[in-house]
Amino acid sequence: MHRLYVTYTIPDARGQIKKKQFQSLLPKAKLGAVYVADCYTIDSKLNKQQLEKAKQLLANPLTQQASTSLSQQAGTSPQVLGRKIMFSYAIEIGFLPGVTDNVGNTAKETLTDGARIKFKPGQNVYSSQVLFILGGLNRGQIQKIANSLYNPLIQKATITSFDEFQKHALVPAIPKVKLTTSAKVSKVDLNVSDDELTKLGKLGIPNKDGSKRGPLALSLDDLKVIRDYFNKLGRKPTDVELETLAQTWSEHCKHTIFADPMDELKNGIYKTYIKAATEAIRKQKRRVPSFRGDSSPKPPGDFCVSVFTDNSGAIEFNKEYLITHKVETHNTPSALDPFGGSVTGIVGVNRDCLGFGLGAKPIINVYGFCLADPEDKSKLYRDKELKQPMLSARRILDGVVSGINSGGNQSGIPTNMGFMYFNDGYRGKPLVFAGTVGLIPKKIKDKPSHIKQAKPGDLIVMVGGRVGLDGIHGATFSSETLDSHSPATAVQIGDPITQKKFSDALVKEARGQRLYSSITDCGAGGLSSAVGEMALATNGCLVNLEKVPLKYPGLSPWQIWISESQERMVLAVPRQKLAKLQKLMKKRGVETTVIGKFTNDKKCAVKFNSQTVLDLDLDFLHNGRPRKIQNTKYKIQDKKNVPKIPNKKNYNDHALKLLSSLNISGRDFLATQYDHEVQSTSVLKPIQGSGRITADATVTRPVLTSKKGVVLACGLWPEFSETDAYNMAACAIDTAIRNAVAAGADVDYLALLDNFCWSSSDDPHRLWQLKQAARACFDYATSFGTPFISGKDSMFNDFKGYRADGKPLKISIPPTLLISAMGVVPNANKTVSLDAKIPGDLIYILGDTNSEIIPTVDAAKNYKLYKTLFNAVQQDLIASSISVTRGGLVPALIKTLMGGGLGGEISLNDLPGNWKVNADALFSESQGRLIVTIAKKNREKFESLFFGQSIAALGTVTKKDKIIVKDKADKAIIDIKTSIALKTYKQKFKDY
Amino acid sequence: MKSPKVLILSGYGINCEEETALAFELAGGESEIVHINDLIENKNKPQRYQILAIPGGFSYGDDIGSGRAYANKLNNHLKHKLLEFARKDKLIIGICNGFQILTQTGLLPGALTNNTNARYTVRWVDLKINKSPSPWLRGIKSLSLPIAHGEGKFMASADVIETLKRQKQIAGVYYKGDICRYQNLTPNPNGSTLDVAMITSADGKILGTMPHPERAMFFTQLPHWPLLKEKYLRAGKPLPREAQGLKIFKNAVEYFK
Repeated sequence: MHRLYVTYTIPDARGQIKKKQFQSLLPKAKLGAVYVADCYTIDSKLNKQQLEKAKQLLANPLTQQASTSLSQQAGTSPQVLGRKIMFSYAIEIGFLPGVTDNVGNTAKETLTDGARIKFKPGQNVYSSQVLFILGGLNRGQIQKIANSLYNPLIQKATITSFDEFQKHALVPAIPKVKLTTSAKVSKVDLNVSDDELTKLGKLGIPNKDGSKRGPLALSLDDLKVIRDYFNKLGRKPTDVELETLAQTWSEHCKHTIFADPMDELKNGIYKTYIKAATEAIRKQKRRVPSFRGDSSPKPPGDFCVSVFTDNSGAIEFNKEYLITHKVETHNTPSALDPFGGSVTGIVGVNRDCLGFGLGAKPIINVYGFCLADPEDKSKLYRDKELKQPMLSARRILDGVVSGINSGGNQSGIPTNMGFMYFNDGYRGKPLVFAGTVGLIPKKIKDKPSHIKQAKPGDLIVMVGGRVGLDGIHGATFSSETLDSHSPATAVQIGDPITQKKFSDALVKEARGQRLYSSITDCGAGGLSSAVGEMALATNGCLVNLEKVPLKYPGLSPWQIWISESQERMVLAVPRQKLAKLQKLMKKRGVETTVIGKFTNDKKCAVKFNSQTVLDLDLDFLHNGRPRKIQNTKYKIQDKKNVPKIPNKKNYNDHALKLLSSLNISGRDFLATQYDHEVQSTSVLKPIQGSGRITADATVTRPVLTSKKGVVLACGLWPEFSETDAYNMAACAIDTAIRNAVAAGADVDYLALLDNFCWSSSDDPHRLWQLKQAARACFDYATSFGTPFISGKDSMFNDFKGYRADGKPLKISIPPTLLISAMGVVPNANKTVSLDAKIPGDLIYILGDTNSEIIPTVDAAKNYKLYKTLFNAVQQDLIASSISVTRGGLVPALIKTLMGGGLGGEISLNDLPGNWKVNADALFSESQGRLIVTIAKKNREKFESLFFGQSIAALGTVTKKDKIIVKDKADKAIIDIKTSIALKTYKQKFKDY
Repeated sequence: MKSPKVLILSGYGINCEEETALAFELAGGESEIVHINDLIENKNKPQRYQILAIPGGFSYGDDIGSGRAYANKLNNHLKHKLLEFARKDKLIIGICNGFQILTQTGLLPGALTNNTNARYTVRWVDLKINKSPSPWLRGIKSLSLPIAHGEGKFMASADVIETLKRQKQIAGVYYKGDICRYQNLTPNPNGSTLDVAMITSADGKILGTMPHPERAMFFTQLPHWPLLKEKYLRAGKPLPREAQGLKIFKNAVEYFK
C-alpha cells in the first residue's frame, strides 16, 4: 500500500475559504491558516519507478507537489508551500467502505494508463482530504469543525493532534468493503400470524443474526395475496421473489395511491383526473382550431407524441425533432445526505431522458428545492437516544445546492430553470426536484424514435457502473416515513462522468445505428424494476445474476437484483448487433455485460449460477397487487395561517421586507454556479437585466440551426394547501402557465408536468386534499388546453423523530404540487425578458387585482389574456414582461425596474379589479396578472389588441433612481430608491 | 484553398464538442469530432487536419485537478503527435477545460488553479485583446464572452510571466467593458494573475482561452440582447444574427484561405 499527498506550492484558495468558514463557525477561536492536502491511498504494490511516475501524474508540477513523506516520517512537520507547518490539528476526511469515490476511481484509471500499474480485482485507489489547521484550538473546537466537514453516513473523520502526528504521522485506513454474508438464497415462510406478516412488511426479511433487512413496505393485504399465490404453487417464496414483489408493488414504482380507487372514483385519481385531462385536451386540439389573433402563427393542434407511457413525456418540437421532459423528486436520500441525494437526483433524471424512446439527448436540467429557513437552528434527531442527529437546515441547503452543481455541471447539461421555496414544514424532510428536458430526432433509420421494439430473443445488456450495496431499498424506503429505521445504505453518490461516457456513446453513436431495440433506466428498484418492466414488451425474461459485474464480492442474489447502484441503463440488444455494440462501448470506456435474454414464456425468471432464485408469472408480478379502496374525509379548512397586511400610510418598509424575504429575494448564487451557457443554447437566462434579477422562466434554443425556442417555467403554492387544496392547485397551474407566457410562450403550445409531494398519505384528510388538488388539475388543464405529459408523486414526506429535549415530534410537509410548464415558440428572439428597457416606456398591468384570501383562477379569462399577450409579443410590442406572483404587484413591479436599473412613477388610480384597500392593491396575490412595459409609440396598437380585457396603464419608466407608487388619492404610498431596493433584494443570499 | 479541416477532440467528459464544431462550421471550416480513444488507435489521423480544437467540458470530472487526467492520457499516448502538429503551420485552440489540458501537455506555459472564491463560477466577462501575433485574434480589440469554470486562475512564475509579456503571449485580459458596466461586475472573475484570460504560444498559433467564444456566436446568447433588440427596433435597424465570439473561429478558417 502507498499513500501520496498532493499539496499546493502556491497559495491555495480552498484553504483560505475553509478558514473563513471555520471562523464563522467559531467566531471566538484563534484560527491560523488552513492547508489542504489531497491524499491518494493506493492499494497495490508499486515499484520505485511506478511511484515516481504516480507522483508526476497526480500533481501539476507548476502548482503542486506530491510526496509520500507525511506518513513515513513521524517526528517531523508536514511541508506545505515548501516550508514546515506547525499545525494544531489535522482532520482527515475519507469515505466509508462502499461509498462511490469518483476521485479515487479517476486516479486509479490514470495510474493504470500512465504508470502501468496493474491493479488486481478488488484493489483500488481511495481518495481523502487532510486539512491542517493552525492556531490555538482545543479538541472541542476541532470536533465542531470536523462535524461541519463530514457526513457520518458516508464519510469518516480522523482527527490527529500535532503531538500525535509527531509520534505516528497519519495512519491510513483502506475503506475496503468486506462482506461476511454468504451469497445464499433463503426462503421465507408466509404461513404465519397476521402480526408476524405485518412486521415482515414493515421491518423486512430477518437475517440469520436476527437483524432485519429493511422495509419491504408491503401491507398485510399484499402479503396475504403473495402467500396465497405461493401456497397455490406449493412452495415458499425466496427472499429474491419477496424483495422483487416489494419493489414492483411499491408506492414508488406503481403509484398505488394515484392508481387505486378513491371514494366514488373507481379508476383512481390518476386515470380520472390527470390522464383523462390529457386525453380530453388532445381530442379537442385535434378538432377545434385554437383562438387566434390576426397575425398569430398557425395553432399547433395536438402536439403530444408520447405521454405517460415512457420514462419522460414527449411533444413535437419541429418537423425533425421531439422534446421530452421529466421531473423527479429525490427527497428522502437528500434528507440523509443532501449532496449525494441531490447529485443522484439530477444524474438519475438525466437517465429518464436517456431512457425515453431510443434515448433522448439531455439538453436542459431543471431543479427545485423546498427547504426550511437556513437560519433555523433547531436540532432534530432520528432516534430517541438522540444519537442520530438530522443535519441542520443550512447544511441541507448547502448540500442540495452543491449536488445539482456537481451533477449538472459535470454532465455538460445547462441548468437554467429552477426555484427555491422555504417553509418550516420542510425542516424534517426537504424536497429536491430534478428534471431533464431532452431532444430526439423523430425518426431514426426511418422508424419512429419514440417506439421501443424489444423482441423475444433479444439480449438483456447492462451498461455503465457496477453493482454494490448502495441504494438498497431506495424504492420501498421512499414509500415510508423517515425515521430511525431508515437504512443508510439508501444513500448513494452520483458519478456523472461514468454516466457521461455511456450517455455520449448511446445517444451520439449507438442510437443512430440502432444497435439496440429498447432502452430503459436502471433506477429505483434496480434491475428488478428495469428488467421487470422491459419484460412486459416481449412477455418474459430470463436473467443470470452471476453475470452482473460487482463492485466487490460477497453480494447475495437479492442484493444484486434490487441494488440501486447508479449510472446504469438496461438495453435490449438483438443478437446480431451485440458484437458491434460491445466493440463501440469498449472504445468509449464503458462496461457492457450480457446478463440474460428476453423471452415470451410469460415468466420473469432469475438464476444465480444454475439455481433458480426467482420464478414468477409476469402477470402476477405486475398485476397481482390487490387494489386498496381509499376513503377520504373532509375537514374544515384551516384559515388562520393567512397573514393580513394592515393598512398603513406608507409601505416602504413592507416592500423592502418582502424583497429581502426568503421566498422573494434574489438567488444569483444559484445561477452563477450552475452552468446555463453550455451547449450554446441559452436565450433568456435565469438571471436577467442589468440588475441580474432571478427570472421565473427561461428560453433555450436547443437546435442551433432552427429559430425555434423552448420556454420553461414552473409554479407552486404550498402556503395555500392547508386552507384550500383545490385553489392551491389552480394557482400552481395558472402560475406555471403565466410565468411561461410572460417570457413569450404560446398558451396553445404548452405542456404541463405534475409533481405531487404529499405527507401522511394514509390519513383520509390528506387524501381528501389530494383529491381536491387532482380535481383542480383536471379542471384547469382542460380549461387552459394545456395537457399533462408526465408526472411523479412522492406521498410520505413526513419526519418522525425527536427534539433535543427528547420529546417526540412529527413534521409533515405542506402538501406540495409543483407544476412545470414547457412550451415551444416559433422564434426564440421573439421572447421577452423581465427588465424595463427604456426610460419613457409605459407600464401596464394585465389582469384583475382582487381582495381575496386564497386566490381563485378564471381560466377562460386568463387564457384569452395570455393568448393576446403572445400575439403582442409576436408583433414586437412588448419591451419587458413579468408575471405577478408571490408577494403581489409590488415585488413584480420593483423587479422590473431594478432589472433595468431604472425608476418608475406609478398610480393605482386605474388598477383593475375588486380590490378595496391599498394593502390589497399592492400585495394581493391574485392570479392571472402580468406587468409589461411598452414603447409609447406602440400604445394604440397594444391597447387595441387587448380591447375589452382588464388592462390599465399604471405609469411610466423613468431615468431616476426612484420608484414612486401613488394611491387613488394621489398620495405616495411607496417611495424608495431603486438602488436601495436592489441591495435589499440581494441581501439574503449574499454570502451563500 | 478549400475549407480547412478541424479536428475536435471529445470523450471522458469533454462536453462542448458539438457547439465548437458548429462554430467552426459557421466560420466556413469542416469539423469532425473525434473521440480521444479513436485518435489513440489511429495516431496519424491528426496529419489530415489543419486545426486542432480541445473544447471545454469536465474531463474526468476535474477529479484529480482540472484537465489533469485527460492531459495524462494525451501525454501517455499522443505527446509526439501533438508536438509534431504544433511544429507545422497549423492552429490549435484549447477552450476552458481544453486550455487547462493544453497547459498540462506543455503546449502552453503556466497553470490554471482554483478560483479565488474556490467555487465554480458562471458569468460574462469583458476581454481586452492585446497586440498579438496570433492569427486567432487578428483584428479583434475587445470581446465579451461567458466563463464557466472552477479552476481558471492563471499562475506562472515571475520569469515565465516576463517571457510571456516580452513575446506578446498574454493575448487577452479581463477588463471593465460593456458587460461589466452593464451588470456591475468586477472585471477579473477568478483572481487570475495580471488578469490573464487568454494566452498564446510564442508564434501565436496555439491559443488557450478560459472564456468560451463558442458561447457567444449568436446575438441571442448575449446577456443583454433583449435590451439591444429594443434599441435596434426603435432605431429601425435589423437585428444582428451573430455575436463577437464567432470572429475567433472565422480568423482561424481565414488563415488557411
